[in-house]
Amino acid sequence: MSTETLLERINAYASRPDPYPLYTELREHGVARQDDGSYLVGTYHEIAALLHDPRISSDVRHRTHPDLRDRPEDLPPSFIAVDDPEHDRLRRLAMRHFGPPHSPGRIDALHDDIVDVARELVDGLRGRDRIDLVDDFAYPLPVTVICRLLGVPREDMPEIRGWTNTIIASLDRSPDEDPDGRLRAAAQARVSMAGYLGALAQRRRERPADDMISALVHDDGPEGRLTEPELTTTLTLLTIAGHETTVNLITNGMLTLLRRPEALERLRREPELMPSAVEELLRYEPPVQMLPQRTPLTDVEVGGVTIPQGVPLFLVLASGNRDPLRFEDADHFDPARRDNQHFGFGSGVHNCFGAPLARLETQVALTALLHGLDAPHLVEDPPPYRHSPILRGPRHLLVTGDVAAGAGA
Amino acid sequence: MSDDLKSGRIVIVGASLAGLRAAETLRDEGFTGDLTLVGDEPHPPYDRPPLSKQVLLGRVPAADVGLPARRPVDARWKLGVRASGLDPATKEVLLRNGERLPFDRLLIATGTRARPWPHPEEARLDGVLTVRTVDDAHRLAERLDAGPRRVLVIGAGFTGSEIASACRERGLAVTVAERGPAPLVGALGGTLGAFAARLQRAHGVDLRCGVTVTSLTGDAGRLTGAELSDGSRIDADVAVVALGAVRNTEWLADTGLAAGPRGVACDAGCRAFDMYGIVTDDVFVAGDVARFPHPLFEYQMLALEHWGNAVEQAEVAAHNMVNPGPRRRPHLAVPAFWSSQFGLNIKSVGVPTFSDQVTVAQGSVEEGRLVVVYGYRGRITAAVSVNRAKWLEHYRHLIETAAPFPPEPGAADRPASPKVVPSDVPDPRVLSHGPTVALTGHLPDRRLAVVRPMA
Repeated sequence: MSTETLLERINAYASRPDPYPLYTELREHGVARQDDGSYLVGTYHEIAALLHDPRISSDVRHRTHPDLRDRPEDLPPSFIAVDDPEHDRLRRLAMRHFGPPHSPGRIDALHDDIVDVARELVDGLRGRDRIDLVDDFAYPLPVTVICRLLGVPREDMPEIRGWTNTIIASLDRSPDEDPDGRLRAAAQARVSMAGYLGALAQRRRERPADDMISALVHDDGPEGRLTEPELTTTLTLLTIAGHETTVNLITNGMLTLLRRPEALERLRREPELMPSAVEELLRYEPPVQMLPQRTPLTDVEVGGVTIPQGVPLFLVLASGNRDPLRFEDADHFDPARRDNQHFGFGSGVHNCFGAPLARLETQVALTALLHGLDAPHLVEDPPPYRHSPILRGPRHLLVTGDVAAGAGA
Repeated sequence: MSDDLKSGRIVIVGASLAGLRAAETLRDEGFTGDLTLVGDEPHPPYDRPPLSKQVLLGRVPAADVGLPARRPVDARWKLGVRASGLDPATKEVLLRNGERLPFDRLLIATGTRARPWPHPEEARLDGVLTVRTVDDAHRLAERLDAGPRRVLVIGAGFTGSEIASACRERGLAVTVAERGPAPLVGALGGTLGAFAARLQRAHGVDLRCGVTVTSLTGDAGRLTGAELSDGSRIDADVAVVALGAVRNTEWLADTGLAAGPRGVACDAGCRAFDMYGIVTDDVFVAGDVARFPHPLFEYQMLALEHWGNAVEQAEVAAHNMVNPGPRRRPHLAVPAFWSSQFGLNIKSVGVPTFSDQVTVAQGSVEEGRLVVVYGYRGRITAAVSVNRAKWLEHYRHLIETAAPFPPEPGAADRPASPKVVPSDVPDPRVLSHGPTVALTGHLPDRRLAVVRPMA
């Protein structure tokens, strides 16, 4: 038996294609203390309790061991990394321009745009006998959408992609690499990205457009505007989170369907099942596998175990999503599943800000692919995965077949 | 046996939220027999919460609040007809138009109606309204469109407060008269009552607490104003009577069921009791009209006027109507409701009136964003949030597990020195409005239940 901790085994790159057996092991352990003092939780009800508990912080500055804070304090943390009331204020000021009650039509208004983008991308596949679903579709779709929503010029996206990759890499915890180097690179990328977005915001201050950045910098709401550092951190967060996870959701979605031709055929026949199928994908193959930055502010008892104040606490959402105590036949993919209160978007006050957009994008994307691709097949299974065990998804997903015979009809 | 339950004749009296959700659940559960819904309003089922909010603001037309159908129910709808009686021996519902509807199982979901102004002549004055039905809301919205000089709201419970909020949002002058010490105090106790009073005044409401309206005055049949018990007089073109609700149980008066002003008593499985406390097996109850025992509140009979309760209880009742004994489920959901008023979202879990102490567990009254937690004899029985609804899931779990009160410290946004103070829930009899949550004692028998009419 390996001497590695469960967390190390989950993080190991070899586990990326199928971490689910390790999650089953995790659930058997209940609330599992690791040798380094951190705690891992993978059972549904315990994760739910901790996600809703106001004594669980999202701010790693509350960790008692300074080495485990692992975040350079050069920029203020974004709202996913702070607690109420600060989190509530920052998130609310951003939400004013994204969703109800102040902007109830923002996402709906994007629907036709998203359909057009998806159709153009599928049209672009016409005549090719082999495509990479990631580079040719799942990446460009959400990137184009988030650029339009925020008002980021499309041509700047390669630069943003570079910064994003560097920042995402810093979330990993691979013992065989030099973490300091990755953290320094990520800090530099954050500063560069914040500088870029700050300059863009300044242009929108002078010349507003119909986009979210303009709305944020011209906000005349009763609570005032975000400060400049708050604005750039929030924009960095929205830009990265606004596409990164959706790429994985779309790709994991197609991978799951290509492995299950009967489910794929059923969705073609019953397109009205798509919303529930996307919910099931969020349960079955969630793009965010775990939340790595929770910390108890006081000793907290859960599942018969007391998690001490200040220790790193990992909530393994993807494991909770497969908990047989919560979901019937939990390892079965059922596109028509009911009572599906998954953790694909987390839960509680930090639940996914962009969930309505991600749902819509994925529903549109998968619909376009199902109707645009004829008899698609996976070239390799499992596909090569990206490094991150947290934001888990294929790096490439090669698909062959009469890929675009039905497209653009 | 089980197959028999999936067929036969089911009548649902009451065609609002509970009636509709019960009908849908019956079909979901495989009921293939005859299904009839009876409703005294001419409209198909509609949603009531917007009637005191979006409809009065003109954002949603009164005609657009129909409830979405979750599935086809394949039922006979008898709308615009009131049930006038029930013959338990022949198992028939009697309709006012003389028709008799035979049933094998019956669901009573007749809900409540607005408590009318007690002086019929004054109530008939043009400009005196209540808000319970879609037609009521439409009439009030029209009155508000016409730009009255002042609106008088009588009763500062949730409905009255939401109406006052809508008036202020439309820039209309509004006076709220409440016999109790503060708005919402009957449902939420002293701490949030005082908060609500400051909130209303900050939004320009002329709030008068500790007074009653002694008479509504008119001229040539039109409302001109009101006289208050403190000797003052209000000039108003519109008066909204928001004195709470009356349960629609009169039609059951001589049926032998445990039905009275506090509702129809039923067991945890939604089966109605008769007046001797014997449970029936073919008459079920759900929604605002039901009184049911709840283990979290010492098995007292609860009567709840909550949207969520209507849905959950209807689903449990419907399930139990078509499933045999061992497969029946109890209705155990923790009560929950919400309100939006004066720009705030107020949400409650548990039963705040079942309390002796409260503490502000998160946020603060000053911020206007907070969670107040209620305790009864050292355990947590309720929590109410103001613009902090996402935290309530945590407290719901604490209520379900009878966690100790006050809650353990450690919340990131906990006040520096949280104080535990008396919950100051007044006797409902000192309020203008009826309670939306009523603890109605342990006894199902209406002859033994003490019912005190509003003085």
